[in-house]
Amino acid sequence: MTTTHDAPPAYEPLPEDADLWTAKIRRKLVRALPPDRMVPDRQPAYLSSWIYIFGALTMSALAVVIITGTLLALEGPAWWHLSTVGLFVNSLHLWSVELFFFFMVIHLWGKFFMAAWRGNRTLTWMTGVITFMASIGAGLTGYLSQTNFESQWIATQAKDGINAIGAGAFFNVLNFGQMLMWHIMILPLAVVALTVLHILLVRTKGIVPPFEIASPEGGAHADATAETAGVEG
Amino acid sequence: MFASISLALGAIFNLMGSGHYIHWGFVQISVANLLVIVLMVVTFFAAILIPFRHKSGGKS
Repeated sequence: MTTTHDAPPAYEPLPEDADLWTAKIRRKLVRALPPDRMVPDRQPAYLSSWIYIFGALTMSALAVVIITGTLLALEGPAWWHLSTVGLFVNSLHLWSVELFFFFMVIHLWGKFFMAAWRGNRTLTWMTGVITFMASIGAGLTGYLSQTNFESQWIATQAKDGINAIGAGAFFNVLNFGQMLMWHIMILPLAVVALTVLHILLVRTKGIVPPFEIASPEGGAHADATAETAGVEG
Repeated sequence: MFASISLALGAIFNLMGSGHYIHWGFVQISVANLLVIVLMVVTFFAAILIPFRHKSGGKS
């Protein structure tokens, strides 16, 4: 078989396979998530500002949170309370969470003041908002899962607030097993899945341009989007 | 080794005492939380004001 420049892309099915459901799903996925937009080599020139790196920093901190959290789950409470390596990994987990929220709040401020929901980016903004709220839940259940006096204190203090909003019947902060499952299963899955969706939306919709170069539709003027190499998204 | 490092850091920062709080009317906040908020604000303005340098050869 010879390959020429006119050959169809590898994801295009053979003519006789075009009606298969696999071919239809693949075509829809490639149309919704064009590979060249998913991992671009160059970024728009207006990204030449430090304020644009806080999304990537938040993702990096989240990766450390997930890795250290997995180690804590594998080894258990006696390890993270009593062994020096366990105490170190426990501290890494705490401080990566601190940095995660630190970077995420600055990312939020930056995107709020540039009205990042412009240009049909409402879903991108809202997935960020919901990820932020899910992260707060993950943080609370994390403090409740420490298995020490602090977690007991926080649980007894939080129960009245949770009961006051009517959620105590199905979200019982005094139920350690339930809080641990929320912390190591449901909320991490939610945060990671929402983060992936958020990033896919950022990639497909593009990063919102500054006000001064935005077109009335919320996109960027062509002359202001000359791409530059080496700028992180 | 980790024990000796934590002992050395513990000698610098005494974390065993009760926390310090600031009271301002009905507002009550720990010094640690206030410090983190101030650091976030400083980082936010630094990110806006400090020029971003990218490697030469890129168009901008």
